[in-house]
Amino acid sequence: MSANPNSTDKPGRVSAAIVYLTIAFLLMPLLAIVPVSFTGARYLSMPKGNWSLRHYEALITNPVWFDSIKLSLGIALASAAIATMFAVMFGLGLWYVRNRFSTMLAALVFLPMVMPPVVSAIILYFFETSLIDIAPWIGFDSIGGVILAHVVVATPFALVTFMVSLSQIDRRIDMAARGLGASLWQSIFWIILPNARFGIISAAFFAFILSWEEISVTLFITSFNVVTLPRQMWNGMRDNIDPAIAAISVILISLTVLGILGRDLWRWQRARVAKAA
Amino acid sequence: MTRSWMRYAILLAPLPLFLVASYVLPFFVVAKWSVTDPEPGLGQYIRIFTDPTVQVVLIRTLRICVIVTLVSVTLAYAIAYNWVFGPPKRQRLIEYCVLIPFWISVLIRAFGWLILLRNNGIINESLMSVGVIKEPLALVRNELGSIIGMTHFLIPFAVFPLASALRQVDPRVPQAASGLGAGRMRIFWTVTLPMTMPGVLGASIIVFVFALGFFITPAILSGGRSVMVAEFIYLQLFQTVNWGLAAAISVVLLVIVAALGALLHKVARLDKLVG
Repeated sequence: MSANPNSTDKPGRVSAAIVYLTIAFLLMPLLAIVPVSFTGARYLSMPKGNWSLRHYEALITNPVWFDSIKLSLGIALASAAIATMFAVMFGLGLWYVRNRFSTMLAALVFLPMVMPPVVSAIILYFFETSLIDIAPWIGFDSIGGVILAHVVVATPFALVTFMVSLSQIDRRIDMAARGLGASLWQSIFWIILPNARFGIISAAFFAFILSWEEISVTLFITSFNVVTLPRQMWNGMRDNIDPAIAAISVILISLTVLGILGRDLWRWQRARVAKAA
Repeated sequence: MTRSWMRYAILLAPLPLFLVASYVLPFFVVAKWSVTDPEPGLGQYIRIFTDPTVQVVLIRTLRICVIVTLVSVTLAYAIAYNWVFGPPKRQRLIEYCVLIPFWISVLIRAFGWLILLRNNGIINESLMSVGVIKEPLALVRNELGSIIGMTHFLIPFAVFPLASALRQVDPRVPQAASGLGAGRMRIFWTVTLPMTMPGVLGASIIVFVFALGFFITPAILSGGRSVMVAEFIYLQLFQTVNWGLAAAISVVLLVIVAALGALLHKVARLDKLVG
């Protein structure tokens, strides 16, 4: 066996077996939700001949669910827009200014990303409860408050995403533009940002997803007025489990799978075009 | 010169200003609670290290985190190893099966486990209908449920750093070992694994830090029976209304995470040295 050097670092049967078992472990809970979502019963159960779409229907017809879906969409869109704006401005600043001061600022900005979520939650809980009298629209249990908290939590991740794409830009294109007489702002808007557009889109998308599924912080800063979709799922999971959670879960899992497949298809297409050119 | 500085300040200033107001300053106020609420002094910190209720929670959290870290890093290592060195078909399968759960929200994943593990859940009902067991097994509403759910959540987070450590292994080194007559097992234990040890340490720290602050998964899968430290903070804030204790535990948690972060930084640099 040692005669063939290639065979030595190939995984053996034991490790392959562990991998397939682990994959089953990873997929099992996701697959388990699918049949349950089609139960005809009012309670959470496996369908036994009584398959039905009633729990999918409930997502639209039951205002508790439909309102929380609309609310979460709105909050995620607003949070993503604000987080992306913050991330793009700060990322550009860091791209231009590299000194001890800007490094310090960067360390500060990444704090919410490295803190345990529960610590962020207690901080934002205090901040927003103390705003109730001064600025209730961004205070505890308000839509503005949830957007503010989601911006705090999501911006560092948007910033990392944007900075990765900025780092791939050739600094000479900025120098060329400036050398030809463009101002800083002209160079940013006509040269840098168009070249970093995929980074900006990815940053916005990432921030959107983080806000859309945020629950740890949201749980601390809302009570009855603002019920986002994850908060509604959380409420429905605590006592009598609402099977509508299974229906919305199946929809979100399907979207995730489609998203990942779509991204790969797009990459494959781009690689093919690049090869042909 | 000063004017150009102003222009860059317009770019650099907004985000730090926003975060100082909404995050950094409030953090110091919360930290202040830990030594002022309900009365000035270090009482809350003393409580953390002496009060049996708090001790139970801390020891339980530590135990769960250690188990989850060991299990998920071991399984993730097997996955990462096959992802890097396995046949192409298996590589693609692994990529999808790691990425899909990775992108699905913590709530949905905990919910899936609830469906499988609860008393009248899929696993217990099938085992009972086959007749293997008479009474449902207690798979959930206890520590076991939390451990299963957290391991499931954290495996993908461990796979990525481990895969990048494995990619840095120069294939000529195991080949040399093989040329000198070492078998597959010997090569793994004496060459590949030691060479990727910084990656293993890094992945373990990442998983452990995540596990320490875990809130949603244990809250859903232990059903309030085996409270971990993050849920304990929540309860102190909203049920017991002991803000001082909640703040003190947060500060302790933060110190531990910062220390582990510093360690990770060192390990990551070690990783570069090795790679």
